[in-house]
Amino acid sequence: MEKVIAGSTVQVNEEGYLTDFSQWNQAVGTELAEEAGINLTQRHWEVLAYLQNEYKNDVPLSIRKIGKSNVVDIKEFYQLFPTAPLKTASKIAGIPKPVSCI
Amino acid sequence: MNDQNGDIKKMMIILSKATLENVYAAFVLANGARMEGIEAEVFFTFFGLEAIHKTKLEHLHIATVGNPAMHMPTMLGGLPGVEALATHMMKKEMERIDMPDVHEFLDILKASGVKLWACKLAMDMFHYKKEDLYEDVDGVITVGDFYKQGSGVGTHMLFV
Repeated sequence: MEKVIAGSTVQVNEEGYLTDFSQWNQAVGTELAEEAGINLTQRHWEVLAYLQNEYKNDVPLSIRKIGKSNVVDIKEFYQLFPTAPLKTASKIAGIPKPVSCI
Repeated sequence: MNDQNGDIKKMMIILSKATLENVYAAFVLANGARMEGIEAEVFFTFFGLEAIHKTKLEHLHIATVGNPAMHMPTMLGGLPGVEALATHMMKKEMERIDMPDVHEFLDILKASGVKLWACKLAMDMFHYKKEDLYEDVDGVITVGDFYKQGSGVGTHMLFV
């Protein structure tokens, strides 16, 4: 379905995840973060860039991998994105919903 | 029920066994709750205490006897070394699917905000002291304390 985010029309699925990463930009990310009640700081952007990079390299995301990323540890990850961090951060980053249970 | 739509707010998980498959089940459920934005606490009682016992947690085994899903004759499962071999094979598979070992899993649970409680009665029974436990256990508490921790709308309890 179509949704207007930060002035641009993007394709999202029924859960609100972007279905085409090329439609993502920082303004879209900022507005998606606001919808999740998060004001993005420099640290958030660093983590989002890491997630997007992993997605581009086809690496499936998990909490364990976040902990080993050398970008952010698990504790800080939960502080940055307090509710359902991996899902919330993925949605803001414009990448698909992670499927890992760990 | 109306103002919270039956949403799960908190999972209170009781782990009473120390076989690897049960420990992992409890840990995956607790971690999975946090990943969904649900609070989680684990109460370690009876043999479940071994999962937070500093030295014992490194040596947990899967059960090869009395476990029909192992698809091996019970007599064979009881032979020396079979349990260790089956455990070794399962640990290799777990690493392949990115499953952490028990100690690392405890670290992940703590970093994710899961509370870990040791059962006082079981501690007394096994003559364990707080110093024998994994360093980040939140405390040694009674059943009553654990129930109090779980009070509030949207709390679910699970016995493993």
